[in-house]
Amino acid sequence: MRTLPADVTRLSKTSGVEFPMAPSGAHPEEFVAKAISTPTFERHGLSDEQLTWMLHNMYLQRMLDNRGFQLNRQGKIPFATGSEGHEGIHAGTGLAFARGRDILVPYYRDMGLCIGVGMPPLQVLLSMFARGRDVSAGRQFPNHYSYHSLGILSISSIIAAHCPHAVGAAYAMKLRNESGRAVLCTFGDGSTSQGEWHESINFASIHKLPIVFLCENNEWAISTPRSQQMAIENIIDKAPGYGLPGVKVDGSDPIAVYAVMSEVLERARSGGGPTLVEATCYRFLSHTTDDDDRTYRTREEIERHRHLDPVPRFEALLIEHGVVSSERASAMKRDVLHEVNAVTDEAEALPYPEAHELYRAVYEGAYEPWL
Amino acid sequence: MALASTETTVMNNVEAVRTTLYEALKADERTLIMGEDVGARGNVFLITKGFIEEFGPERIIDTPLAEASIVGIAVGMAMEGLRPIAEIQFADFIYPAFNQIVGEAAKTRYRSNGDYTCPLVIRTPYGGGVRGALSHSVSIEALFYHVPGLKIVAPSYPADMKGLLNAAIDDPDPVLFLEHKKTYRLVKGEVPNGHYTIPIGKADIKHAGDKLTVVSYGLYVHQAVEAAKRLASEGTSVEVIDLRSIRPMDRTTILASVRKTRRLLIIHEDNKFGGIGAEISAMVVEEAFFDLDAPIRRLCGPDVPAMGYAAPLEEEFMISTDRMADAMRDLAAF
Repeated sequence: MRTLPADVTRLSKTSGVEFPMAPSGAHPEEFVAKAISTPTFERHGLSDEQLTWMLHNMYLQRMLDNRGFQLNRQGKIPFATGSEGHEGIHAGTGLAFARGRDILVPYYRDMGLCIGVGMPPLQVLLSMFARGRDVSAGRQFPNHYSYHSLGILSISSIIAAHCPHAVGAAYAMKLRNESGRAVLCTFGDGSTSQGEWHESINFASIHKLPIVFLCENNEWAISTPRSQQMAIENIIDKAPGYGLPGVKVDGSDPIAVYAVMSEVLERARSGGGPTLVEATCYRFLSHTTDDDDRTYRTREEIERHRHLDPVPRFEALLIEHGVVSSERASAMKRDVLHEVNAVTDEAEALPYPEAHELYRAVYEGAYEPWL
Repeated sequence: MALASTETTVMNNVEAVRTTLYEALKADERTLIMGEDVGARGNVFLITKGFIEEFGPERIIDTPLAEASIVGIAVGMAMEGLRPIAEIQFADFIYPAFNQIVGEAAKTRYRSNGDYTCPLVIRTPYGGGVRGALSHSVSIEALFYHVPGLKIVAPSYPADMKGLLNAAIDDPDPVLFLEHKKTYRLVKGEVPNGHYTIPIGKADIKHAGDKLTVVSYGLYVHQAVEAAKRLASEGTSVEVIDLRSIRPMDRTTILASVRKTRRLLIIHEDNKFGGIGAEISAMVVEEAFFDLDAPIRRLCGPDVPAMGYAAPLEEEFMISTDRMADAMRDLAAF
């Protein structure tokens, strides 16, 4: 197993890759690992190709994200949800995910992660435009994907209701002795207030299930700041009470995210049990196109966090260390824009689902409450 | 009904459920049972007694006390290819799991357009008359039968218990399986040996007649049959239909009977307002209004939050066989 990146400081006495289970009565800080944000360049075994893939993925996320807001403001789609600020988490995690083996149980702010594990960008636009060829045939809100062939579970919008589903999927893996597979369950900071979130990590820890819980802590749950959501600073401090290790990582740094996520996923795949990861980031946009964040946070606060924007930060890092040239970066952005324009046009030109689609897939076979 | 054997065994409802679960665990390694106290204790009614020794703690899971995740984890298992049978210890405890049943299990197939399905059984004992007070007596079916995507069955005869539980386990969609706890040891009957299923959505005529139709389910079917026998001795022929399935419901059997008898009495333990009887009544009025010779009558639980612990409070809530017989006489004489 890989060691953790240098910018993750372990407060436990153990070093390297060991994650001790919470000893009974132990103070949380004795075994909770925490991260300190330092934008240093440490490859963690990643090739130029992999680093460039992450940058490309982040460009793609950002442009797809912007496209949703643009289409909404143009009156072409009723609704969009942005993930601006989460790109580092999604790129690093997407690279650590084992395609064809792992299962992703995402939440609605994970468009970029779904792209990162292989979902075609066209699906994002089909979902935005609610076209008949969308996986849900236009039923679901944007960003609520289901992609069984890629291991992406279907989700609802109910916060943390998907966490027990992830645990159930991990239980199935364990029952069938499918070592080498893990479930990745993601959620925001607000989710950790829900009872089902607590029930889920408790059950996963009792049964040492092959699962990683990844909190994308962007500090806001619509208009409610983290300080109104919990009385503690660190979400990983919730882990010790359930006997599983917690790791905090700078989510604006995709390499650090990759290093942590690849390690804890591998630990889960090899029978080491669950981990709670907290990846910090900042939500730069309103909650959705229907929200107006000017009603609850200042522009100054947003600007104070601007230096954490993972896309320009990672771009500058790779240029500075010669992984990509600024010309290459510009060309990549141009290509991504062309791709996003192409899938936008393709999706827009496709038809809505037929109205009779409303009546399909209620049960297997025909839908009829009276027989 | 597809029978595996003409041989039968006499058993009560606990034994019927237990036998069915045991055979399902034997037949399909994807099946598992999860719930509170289903392991060493063998469930509070001893339905799963001895299972953990035979099938192991991986398939007979004593869960933490957390109903939302009992159902929610089972949903994830079902989406990922297992055939979980989740147990809610008493139906009164199901409320924390409401979203997982209504918002998640019932919508999995629909929201993913069939990309994922949720073949899940949720078993739970319900119903009163056992001095169970406010939180061990409720009927919950009306809270759930409004929900497309969910199936609900409530058999009350041992042979129906087995056939419908097998059908629920085989079903590709989520099924809420309701077991009236007062019938657990009160009711005995012949149960065919081996595997067989009874189709979900098919009612059964438990007492044939031609003067009056009674539609019921659960404990009250047994009392209604008893009352129908009394009326038969008085010269009034009553047909008693046991719904067995609540969603989907058997319109064909109800309408055929009502068109024959021209009178309909609906009896259920759940309270009247918005109950199952309201939907049946509306359907019969829509479909067979001109075949009726009398107004439809409903004999149901009173509209109070629950039955009390004190004997007079419980007795006031529950409908006696005498009251059923009186209601039948009244409607037959209309």
